[in-house]
Amino acid sequence: MTEMLALEFMQRALLAGVLTALVAGYLGVFVVQRGMSFIGSGLAHAAFGGVALGLLLGREPLWVAVPFTVAVALLITWVRDRTSLSADTVIGIFFATSMALGILFISRLPTYAADAFTYLFGSILSVSWVDTAAVGALALVMLALLPLWGRWAYATVDREAARADRVPVRLDDYILSVLVAVTVVVAAKVVGIVLISAFLVIPPAAARLLSRRFLQMTVLSVALGALTAAAGLFASYALDAPSGATIILVQALVFLACAGYYIAFRKAASV
Amino acid sequence: MSTAAVIEVSNLTVRLGAFTALEGVSFSVQPGETVAVLGPNGAGKTTLIHALLGLVQPAAGSVEILGHPPLEAPAEQIGYVPQLKTVDRGFPALTCELVASGHRRSWPGRLSRAEHRETTHALSLVGAANLCHKPLRWLSGGELQRVYLARALIRQPKLLLLDEPATGIDLVGEDDMYTHLEQYQRESGCAVLMVTHDWLAAQHHATKALLLNRKLMGFGPPAEALSDENMRQAFGHTGHVHPQNREGRDD
Repeated sequence: MTEMLALEFMQRALLAGVLTALVAGYLGVFVVQRGMSFIGSGLAHAAFGGVALGLLLGREPLWVAVPFTVAVALLITWVRDRTSLSADTVIGIFFATSMALGILFISRLPTYAADAFTYLFGSILSVSWVDTAAVGALALVMLALLPLWGRWAYATVDREAARADRVPVRLDDYILSVLVAVTVVVAAKVVGIVLISAFLVIPPAAARLLSRRFLQMTVLSVALGALTAAAGLFASYALDAPSGATIILVQALVFLACAGYYIAFRKAASV
Repeated sequence: MSTAAVIEVSNLTVRLGAFTALEGVSFSVQPGETVAVLGPNGAGKTTLIHALLGLVQPAAGSVEILGHPPLEAPAEQIGYVPQLKTVDRGFPALTCELVASGHRRSWPGRLSRAEHRETTHALSLVGAANLCHKPLRWLSGGELQRVYLARALIRQPKLLLLDEPATGIDLVGEDDMYTHLEQYQRESGCAVLMVTHDWLAAQHHATKALLLNRKLMGFGPPAEALSDENMRQAFGHTGHVHPQNREGRDD
């Protein structure tokens, strides 16, 4: 393990992976409790469109994918707000459109698009200090937004009560979707676009099964996310397996254990 | 006197898209009054409450709550129990946390000792102190209704807006609820505006009735506002109310 920690690319991957998991575990509790699990998946695919555009323009994909995905997130939230279409329908439309654009962009690339596959499936070898710094900046923003936990939770439990109490629920919808968009993009290199939505869903879902209170769920989700990300990265190094897939499988194992515990011991109890 | 009014509505018109939900409604509510809002389905009762809360904006006319436009009125002095419990029961929360959120106007991470005391007190006001540590998802519909009332009472409101508060509560519980409400009202001078389909409740527990069918069809002491003629007008010829129905429970 010490040998592994001495490798610079592993240090970067570990730092980026754990920070991403902390942010995703925190945001995920709102995503899961608001029934927005699909938005993580949808925005991840939108990120692919952004990455492909970045590659086509010959720019650092991150700097193109972040604004691209944020724009899609804002559009999804706006269309959902202004029409009677359900969230999953709106996400489904933008998800496919961005993916189609991504494929079109890649088909225009003069060379083989190996980089695009790095983003699709994640690769710890490809995580640069720029990527790590981007995740770090996101984590700092998230830390600064911690005081909004109470009002986000309030609007999650009872949107109408929160509105009557002057919580700016619409603004908060936009803030949350932008944060999810940025998280998905900065996590793409570690976990891969195909799998990133699990980061937003599995740790919070496992935490939900063990929690009676939302604060408890939040803390557990963040902890489970960080632990599984670290464990998954170590396992991926040891087994020489793709990092994203290994992390998600570790998360899935933890979820199964929580579900088993819940069904065996807590079903009749009050969780 | 009108400056002291808790609710002052004048010539209120609300449009929801192309649909006119309320048209030219005017009335005022003084401290200590209980106003029962009655009317057929789709009469704009819930829209009226939403307009009082500032959740929908008037197309014309004005609303003043405690002397302010709805969005500037002190939210901590207004208790609200919605008709449809939009609360997400899958949310990991204890009853006391939901009640405390009425006080904080935000979700509590941890309850302080004082908050715990106030929460227990508010729950005991509605005969639900035993539910304090029960998770939300294990509450029955009637229990949730009481908990919502406790959530509205914990902020010691000057105005309570109740949208069908008795729905789902058994008869004994309903009597208890009105007893608790009236006691709180006597102590605090709070004004209550409640939407109900229960004519008996309106006659027994309200000081005034407001009969609504998009327009104001009657407002005043229940016996006057709910006169046969007003009722016929409000409910139309297809939905007139039989005298015996008015003696029994409408729903």
